[in-house]
Amino acid sequence: MSTVTVQLFASYAESFGRPTLEIPLDPGTTVGDLVRSIRSFPGAYVLPESPRMAVNRRFASFDQVVDPRDDVALIPPVAGG
Amino acid sequence: MTRSAIVTREIDPTALLAEVQSAEIGAISIFAGTVRDTNDGRSVTAIDYSAYTSMAESELESILAEARDRFGVTAIVVEHRVGSLALGDVSVAIVAAHAHRAPALDCTRFVIEEIKKRVPIWKREHYADGALEWVDPTAGRVAIT
Repeated sequence: MSTVTVQLFASYAESFGRPTLEIPLDPGTTVGDLVRSIRSFPGAYVLPESPRMAVNRRFASFDQVVDPRDDVALIPPVAGG
Repeated sequence: MTRSAIVTREIDPTALLAEVQSAEIGAISIFAGTVRDTNDGRSVTAIDYSAYTSMAESELESILAEARDRFGVTAIVVEHRVGSLALGDVSVAIVAAHAHRAPALDCTRFVIEEIKKRVPIWKREHYADGALEWVDPTAGRVAIT
């Protein structure tokens, strides 16, 4: 089974205690499936009901299918400015 | 002309102003965000900014393209700083140029509001009592110390 690397940043990297997560990936796995898998990790209590995910540096919908080569990131609430 | 960048050095808004100046424009609007000494009633001593840099740059480019189409500005330049910033430091500067003032002013307002919604940049505030917390505009703050 292939996996995809999910990048973590800021408060999420602190809560999960690491900069990335490796998530198993079946064919057809969606962003929503990834979020469900991520919720099983210690530290996931910090996630809101619908966390924002990015695929290849763009915000992604939960029904988007993920490829093992995609650049995937879990995006904490942004606070620029 | 549009240019955006995530930078680790000090931002000089007057240098950005020089970039957009030309004889065809009649208005330049400048917005600068700076590090404030209080937030939510607490005394702030410094802020650390971090970013998902490649996505932040991509989102900034998208915002500027949208702003150019929407307001017809001649030029827009944006720099957002990351790293450890002291009180009063400029964290973000936006400069927009147009023949007339209203589109230039509206453009800078649009760009800063979009940055706050969708550019993956985060800040961790240092407080006078020694605490350190991530700022979460959606639900208060997440304590880490």
